[in-house]
Amino acid sequence: MVTSSFDYYAPTSVADALALLDQHGDDAKLLAGGHSLIPLMKTRLAEPAVLIDLGKISTLSYINEQDGGLAIGAMTTYSEIAGSELVQSNAPVLADASGQVADNQIRNRGTIGGSLSHSDPAGDLPAVALALGAQLTTSSSGAHRTISADDFFVDLLTTALEPNEILSEIVIPALPAGTGTAYAKFANKASHYAVVGVAAVVTVGSDGTCQSARIGITGAGPKATRATGTESALVGLNLDDSAVRAAASHAGDGIDFNEDVHASGEYRAHLISVYAARAIRAAVENAS
Amino acid sequence: MAQEITLTVNGATHTSQVEPRLLLADYLRSVLDLTGTHVGCDTSNCGACTVSLNGDAVKSCTVFAVQADGADVTTLEGLASADGTLHPIQEGFWEKHGLQCGFCTPGMIMSSYDLLSKNPDPTEAEIREGLSGNLCRCTGYHNIVLAVQFAAEKMNSGS
Repeated sequence: MVTSSFDYYAPTSVADALALLDQHGDDAKLLAGGHSLIPLMKTRLAEPAVLIDLGKISTLSYINEQDGGLAIGAMTTYSEIAGSELVQSNAPVLADASGQVADNQIRNRGTIGGSLSHSDPAGDLPAVALALGAQLTTSSSGAHRTISADDFFVDLLTTALEPNEILSEIVIPALPAGTGTAYAKFANKASHYAVVGVAAVVTVGSDGTCQSARIGITGAGPKATRATGTESALVGLNLDDSAVRAAASHAGDGIDFNEDVHASGEYRAHLISVYAARAIRAAVENAS
Repeated sequence: MAQEITLTVNGATHTSQVEPRLLLADYLRSVLDLTGTHVGCDTSNCGACTVSLNGDAVKSCTVFAVQADGADVTTLEGLASADGTLHPIQEGFWEKHGLQCGFCTPGMIMSSYDLLSKNPDPTEAEIREGLSGNLCRCTGYHNIVLAVQFAAEKMNSGS
């Protein structure tokens, strides 16, 4: 397949990329790993006149420890994140989920910034970003701002990014002591996209009760969301099996479930409670 | 509007004028005549187009050639020695009958090349997981796994 024609730029700095974005406006799309955008272009669902490739901006690719948590450059690949001892230590669910995306070749190209910016309804990292309470730093000409993950995913394939902004850094706050994390997904057998996926970050107090819980859901509706009903049902409880199941039964509250060739809305509604329970149980087991 | 790219493919440097929309797979096949890289699904699923780009396996149908400007690419044609001696992975696919029609085979070999470069002694489960980006309609994967195990053993024995 052949895409439509486009002009291609490969700036070597964020400043140059922003200048190009300002210059070309709506004609331009940012190219990160390209494994969502290029397939869309090959089917002519997207026909940008200009591509601004972020792949030659080496300063966007890093994983650093920051305040006990992490600061990750937007062009860092799934492979780099999955294989990072720092991520495995400071935000294990992010490493785990990154390692479950698609396949090895795709993980070598796909990026965290691209994943969050594209906000595929079945993508894994948006749910993980929500569960971790990620703070997303964006750059535009002359400005930076920070958007919390809670405010970032707006609608189907739509984020809070303005047209002149580049997502540049993802900050993961330090996990409090007693926190366990897990990602559980029912993967489509062919693509490995999430039919449903649940990311759980659960903090267990010294008395064995749940201090806090953040549950990120993907695959279920048009965008990744927090299962706030489940979260509030967990807090203060001893996390035994019946408490987890009861809380997980609320995971689908308020979700307009996707219906497609992969699963009916009814099946997704069933799956979401099952996988929420699995993710929570695994997180509790991992809590240290 | 053509752009100039320069990249190293199998150790040889090439400078070419390409349209930005030319896929790396099509550049390798049509411009460099390296038809070992196959285009199967063209939708990033089957992995027949897998090549090594700067030391990582990638699906070349989902990379534009312009993105590979300045890069170091290895294709199937780059594996055998100059004197024609097969790479242990190629030998493994021969010895263990790891192919039937051969269409997926270049991708399987290049994926295995990546896997073994990063995990020289994989378990069977790790081989199957590591090659999950490559589809085969003929073999049922069993002999492909045996081929990779053959290669790993040969490569680790230093012969």
